[in-house]
Amino acid sequence: MKFSSHTGLSQTLQVSLLNTPMQKSSGGITSHLLGGLCCYLRRCIFSVLSVGPLPNHITFIMDGNRRFAKKRNLGEGDGHKAGFSALLSILRYCYELGIKYVSVYAFSIDNFRRKPKEVQSVMDLMREKIEELLQQESIINEYGIRIHFIGNMQLLTEPVRVAAEKAMRVTANNQERVLLICIAYTSTDEIVHAVQESCKDKWNQIQASKEGKVSNGGSKINGLDLHFRDSCRDNATEACSSLHKGVKDAGEKDALLEQNSEKHSDNYSEGEITSCNGIVEITEERKYKQGETASIKLVDIEKHMYMAVAPDPDILIRTSGEDRLSNFLLWQTSACPLYAPKVLWPEIGLRHLVWVVLNFQRHHFYLEKKKKQF
Amino acid sequence: MDFRDGAHNLYHIIVASLHIGKLRYLAVVIESEEAHQTSKVIKLLQWLDSVGVKNVCLYDMNGVLKKSKDTIFQIMKNAKSIEEVNEDVTHHAPDHMTLEFVSYVDGKEAVAKAANLIFVENFKRHDIGGELDHQILLESHLNQALQIVGCKGPEPDLLLVYGPVRSHLGFPPWRIRYTEIVHMGSLNFMRYGSLIKAIYNFTKVRHNYGT
Repeated sequence: MKFSSHTGLSQTLQVSLLNTPMQKSSGGITSHLLGGLCCYLRRCIFSVLSVGPLPNHITFIMDGNRRFAKKRNLGEGDGHKAGFSALLSILRYCYELGIKYVSVYAFSIDNFRRKPKEVQSVMDLMREKIEELLQQESIINEYGIRIHFIGNMQLLTEPVRVAAEKAMRVTANNQERVLLICIAYTSTDEIVHAVQESCKDKWNQIQASKEGKVSNGGSKINGLDLHFRDSCRDNATEACSSLHKGVKDAGEKDALLEQNSEKHSDNYSEGEITSCNGIVEITEERKYKQGETASIKLVDIEKHMYMAVAPDPDILIRTSGEDRLSNFLLWQTSACPLYAPKVLWPEIGLRHLVWVVLNFQRHHFYLEKKKKQF
Repeated sequence: MDFRDGAHNLYHIIVASLHIGKLRYLAVVIESEEAHQTSKVIKLLQWLDSVGVKNVCLYDMNGVLKKSKDTIFQIMKNAKSIEEVNEDVTHHAPDHMTLEFVSYVDGKEAVAKAANLIFVENFKRHDIGGELDHQILLESHLNQALQIVGCKGPEPDLLLVYGPVRSHLGFPPWRIRYTEIVHMGSLNFMRYGSLIKAIYNFTKVRHNYGT
């Protein structure tokens, strides 16, 4: 295999340093002892770190696999395989340190735009690695990790989706640590999905209360509808109608919707926007006065986010030194420090994690203050 | 010629060579406790104006900058508010600055308002009921709803954070998908050179956008 043929002495040493004493090393007693010593040192470092506050949830944007492969003259698939090894090491460090939640950005919806061959090879690798993770001796069982796959699962090919669902099912009873793998994920997709689900919920709620009212004699909902329909005749809501039209005929008429929206937004003045807001507010007020269910609140949307299964991250690390979030956890990182070490993902090591945790501890008081203000 | 003259000349050379057109929209996030220093905020805006950055979004979590809006417009006479500007702000002629003032309530709360708008318009009005599962809400629809509830500003290309930590502090999440986020340190210690450096580094970056 290409990757192993390029492994020099330094890398063999590095690999054995990272392994726990329980794992067999290929060398003799010296490398075994060295491995044990490094493990002991690591535990000492973690004990010192544990004196201060520790993050509950760290999230990683695993960037740099392809650049790593190019740098080492490897095949592209080998870069991703090296990335997977790095992931296992980092997970081990995080869970050893006592961090309960770790999430990773494995595959973005944007990544589907890469060359089909590359996408397919990444999908195959993911399926293979998911199955590897579920084996008895793996890190999953060692630390009692529950796995969640976060994202728009319908976009995945069937073998990967089936493997992911199996992994979630098999680890559903694990309670000690949590691993969230974001796959076919973008923040904007997550937010749209959450908005849609909260609308469905609200609809179901209203239907349920409507049925209740019908049985008590007379529904008040039609009255609201009429009111809204009447007020929807002015300019301000022309774009509202085109919005409605767009949702109903989602696929085909999208281009037309774009054209309409541009025309209408040009005609907008602040007054029109306010009156549209006002209409929504009047409707809400009436609902409230009539004892109807209240409008959609922020908490309703948040409970439908894919990431609602975990608390917001305390630290975000993006490797390769890129300064953007690339549509990852935009909603959840309001009070989260963002770190961007220049190291490529397959080369990430213990020292980067330690440095980031120390920084987190330095700013912990400030960040807690910010969280309370939100 | 002393050191300071030399430094200024160097800045002028760098500024002149900036491909400033690449920076169509800049966001500045300021820690709310530091945002009370309106004179510093104005100085920063003047620096940006001199460098050729005309479209700026000012954000602080608690809305402190919104309260200083009037003072800022009094002193920055060539600046206009984004609400006054009808055309797409990233394409207007660079004879005046366009300023947008944003706070935490324009982020997640705006998404909740947009959700209500979408709900009222689409679900209640047409009594859809059983068709719910086939309804597909797209990003473009939510975008449009956000525009209607008042989120007019575009996605910034670059976001500068003035505060103790590199964090966007609740900037509207919808708008920072591919925004470069750069930490500038505290507003108390802001430096012209650091600003130029951040903008210069931005203009050199190449984006893959996931492909």
